[in-house]
Amino acid sequence: MVSNTEFAYNSKVEGEVVVSQADAVINWVRRHSVWPMPMGLACCAIELMAAGGARFDISRFGMEVMRFSPRQSDCMIVAGTVTYKMAEVVRRIYEQMASPKWVVAMGACASTGGMYRSYAVLQGVDRIVPVDVYISGCPPRPEALLDGMMLLQEKIRKEPGASGLFRRRPNEPFVAGAK
Amino acid sequence: MDTIVETLKAKFPYVAPRPSADHPAVNVPATHLREFAQRLRDDFGYSMLLDLCGVDWDQDSPRFGVIYQFYHAAKKTYLRVATLAPDNANPAVPSLAALYPAADWHEREAYDMVGIRFDGHPNLTRILMWEGYPYFPLRKDFPLSGIETELPAADTTAATHAKVIAAPMMGGPFYAATEGLHHMSDAEPRARDQSWTEAQPKPGQKG
Repeated sequence: MVSNTEFAYNSKVEGEVVVSQADAVINWVRRHSVWPMPMGLACCAIELMAAGGARFDISRFGMEVMRFSPRQSDCMIVAGTVTYKMAEVVRRIYEQMASPKWVVAMGACASTGGMYRSYAVLQGVDRIVPVDVYISGCPPRPEALLDGMMLLQEKIRKEPGASGLFRRRPNEPFVAGAK
Repeated sequence: MDTIVETLKAKFPYVAPRPSADHPAVNVPATHLREFAQRLRDDFGYSMLLDLCGVDWDQDSPRFGVIYQFYHAAKKTYLRVATLAPDNANPAVPSLAALYPAADWHEREAYDMVGIRFDGHPNLTRILMWEGYPYFPLRKDFPLSGIETELPAADTTAATHAKVIAAPMMGGPFYAATEGLHHMSDAEPRARDQSWTEAQPKPGQKG
């Protein structure tokens, strides 16, 4: 005769049950499976590649799945100098990414234009896409990138609610000198 | 060393010698440039065009010119040819793209940056800046930081209100010290006037 308990949850086989909130679980899952979109535009991309190699091993954080398709990625890593001519491409790829999505400005050029105080270079990628994490360096070492990505993980962990991730993210224009 | 200049001068009445610190150099009027380049390639063996660049001579008239660097692959010698565009308002010189394929992209670059037209070029469009960019950035009267204008893509502008801006110079341009260096960090490029930044504007100047 088969007892009722064998059809129910068997804690001896399945392990302990963890009770949590859906939001916390969703954020936990997202945090540990950030699939980056490598927007490699200059030498920062070399460091980004190094971070993907065995020595620095970005896969320890569940981020090794670099997706060149915006449809399959969660986090755009803008690694390099964004020219005005390239700006529309960066913006368009960002718009093609499915929410929730995040942006990391890797290095001085992506963050502020860097040393390119020039007629041709966008003075910070935050003028066209909302940036979540800025990483200093020219280029940043892979450790700095990993540190930035861990900061991003912290940010994802603290996302207020999974439903809120689908809201239209504010992207107010940068106005020099505005408070 | 300058025997080639003497030879060219004897052969072509319009060729004038040009002062040069290294390689032989000649001046050629724009009207004879294509014929001269053809003879240079076919009769004199200058088989390669290494480079050409547009020049803005600022206050001089003619204001714009083009300088060509030719290479004799067999003799391993160089020849520099300079020409001037007669019209300052609408500078134009003949294109060498049909003679030297290397001229194609270099002429597009000179057109893009300095605004010199190359008559007879198969595809004279901008090569670095986007089509529709209203300025020629390497002209002497173009400011280092750039001029505010529209982004190339209207949809990006509509979504972000971003513009091409005059880059904040932060007290720059920046100069590297060349003497009196005690430590490599002293050679770090610095602005001559570091008393102001983006956050703290220059005294008596807005922004």
